[in-house]
Amino acid sequence: MDLTFVILVEMLYAVASLILISAGLAVVFGMMKVINLAHGEFMMMGGYATITAVNLGVNIFVAMLIVAPLVVGLIGLVVERLVIRHLYGRLVDTMLATWGLSLFFIGMVTLIFGNTTTGISTPIPGFTVGNYQVNGYNFFIILVSIALLIVMLAVLKATRAGLIARGTMQRSDMAAALGYSPDRIYMATFFCGSAIAGLAGAVLAPLVGLVPTSGGAYIAKAFITVIAGGPSLIAGLISSSTLFGLVSQFFTFAISPVIGEVALLVAAVVLLRLLPQGVTGKFFKGKL
Amino acid sequence: MSLNRRELLGGTAAFTAAMMVPQVTLAADTIKLGSILDASGIFDAYGRPMDMATRLAVSEINAAGGLLGREVEVIAYDTQSDMALYSQFGQQLTRQDQVDVVHGGILSASREAIRQTMRRSQTPYFYNVLYEGGVCDRNIFINGVTPAQQVEALVPYAMGQSGPRVYILAADYNYGQITARWIQKFVADNGGETVGVDFFPLDVSDFGATIASIQTASPDLIMAPLVGGAHLSFFRQWAAAGMKDRIPMASTTLGVGNEHKVLTADEGNGIMVAYNYSQELDTPANIAFKERWAAAYGDSSAIHELAVSNYQGVMTWAEAVRQAGSVEREPLIEAMQSGLSIDGPAGKITVDPQTHHAILDVHLMAFENQGMKVIETLPQRQPIDTQAVCDLQANPDDNTQYEIEI
Repeated sequence: MDLTFVILVEMLYAVASLILISAGLAVVFGMMKVINLAHGEFMMMGGYATITAVNLGVNIFVAMLIVAPLVVGLIGLVVERLVIRHLYGRLVDTMLATWGLSLFFIGMVTLIFGNTTTGISTPIPGFTVGNYQVNGYNFFIILVSIALLIVMLAVLKATRAGLIARGTMQRSDMAAALGYSPDRIYMATFFCGSAIAGLAGAVLAPLVGLVPTSGGAYIAKAFITVIAGGPSLIAGLISSSTLFGLVSQFFTFAISPVIGEVALLVAAVVLLRLLPQGVTGKFFKGKL
Repeated sequence: MSLNRRELLGGTAAFTAAMMVPQVTLAADTIKLGSILDASGIFDAYGRPMDMATRLAVSEINAAGGLLGREVEVIAYDTQSDMALYSQFGQQLTRQDQVDVVHGGILSASREAIRQTMRRSQTPYFYNVLYEGGVCDRNIFINGVTPAQQVEALVPYAMGQSGPRVYILAADYNYGQITARWIQKFVADNGGETVGVDFFPLDVSDFGATIASIQTASPDLIMAPLVGGAHLSFFRQWAAAGMKDRIPMASTTLGVGNEHKVLTADEGNGIMVAYNYSQELDTPANIAFKERWAAAYGDSSAIHELAVSNYQGVMTWAEAVRQAGSVEREPLIEAMQSGLSIDGPAGKITVDPQTHHAILDVHLMAFENQGMKVIETLPQRQPIDTQAVCDLQANPDDNTQYEIEI
């Protein structure tokens, strides 16, 4: 019974962390069709922003939930103005440019912080479930990802800004004809996507040792999740994260962590063979 | 300014030639010590202090007049925690720089990446790191502790502090795989039982599922030969889950890169280890060494097991050069095999002529407030694991890493 609960928590945690890792990319790639290969580096910078802020005496929750998204969002804004805005609609070119950016960011962070492992302790103590101890921080990650999904859904569905953003992504010429500036809407959307990536990197930072190349660990999973999710932003994110999280944790518990990672990749290959348009290309059609 | 192809080629050739001339003239009068270490990347916690130790040892040798009246020059390469760079820089050290000796390599994978290069080019190679034992090669000298010196002492002590059911978490490459087998052997020898073994690639940093399955197995003790910065997350997550005071833990690697100073006292206290060196060793040699290190680098907090091993390795080599009166390979090996010993910061180190390993002191220790408190000292332990399979006096052509069979 206790073990079932522990496994359940671990599975939820795996799903939640996939959602966090992929949400920023889902906005940038899913909505804007910019292949952001620097997504992992945005997350890595979120982690460094958090650690720096904590070392400067900022409360860790403020650092994770406010400082890191702002810092990375602003970096994203600069990147969008300088590089990305010239490349909208040029899928392959964005790939090349953002790959260059990712190398640039790794180099910059190495220059500033050194090519060395840093980290902070988790701020939440563990607690007991029957005979088991559970990492309390897992619940924090689950909560953050649920909150993030709710906020994203609310903004996109219930606010005028969300409506305009969605409209612009579908037909920017129509949005322009109606008097909205696609340029500024793209800019704002890229800011949001970067900020979400920064938030994810910040929230995951206490669980890992951070090095300037940490982003590489996230990028593959993020792309797999977003592509397998398909055209719907939030429904796709939830369905593919759930699927991959459950598959990888099942095999992790049943066999070993390495097999868990392998199972995730195999599941992705099989899924894309069966549903080339992603999960929401076939199910939940027309959902957000 | 315009340049045609001929001018460019001519100019480049002249420049290259000019670059090469001073190197050739310098090379004649210094002794060249090659150093190959991960001074950056996820293993830099090991490599950077090792690099500092190499330079400290060489500057002390030079301050005392050098070796054989010649100055020792360090030619160092940073392999950036990338195993592929070892073979590249290994070739460069032996072919291009033509060094007289190579010290370095950290992970066992990196040692095996360059060992044959050193052997083929007849460059004496010193691997100054604790490892899984069994390397039998006349060209290499190893002064780190082996499982018979470390695990054999640590397992019964840790089991005595906890109980007979042991769970092993190891890094997934040759060091972790072989050390895990040694641990299983010593657990069985001491009447215990291994209830689980998990291996982790070096970049794994999420241990949530593992922590749950450990609890399912409910062992009395955890043995953790985990390696590198990513694996440090395990100890964080273990403490964050509140498990640290429920199941005792021992490690064969934690602390050799000063991990006990990176973890908080709450995360580290009580973890049991066994090494050749601790900053807390209260001996005149260690106190003097820390003072010399602080004089060179500002403070002595960076010193760790592997740095001291590396320092002792360079000093052992220097002593052998003095006794041999030469840096050539054959006289050097003869001198090393003469039962040579030095007194290092961690006590007396004697080269075992049969295996080219070291006979040294091992201390059983526990983490306490970000330090390593010595509990018991086991003086002058022999590398009996390697001695059982390797005799370089009888078979000088041996070139094998023997592995334990279970």
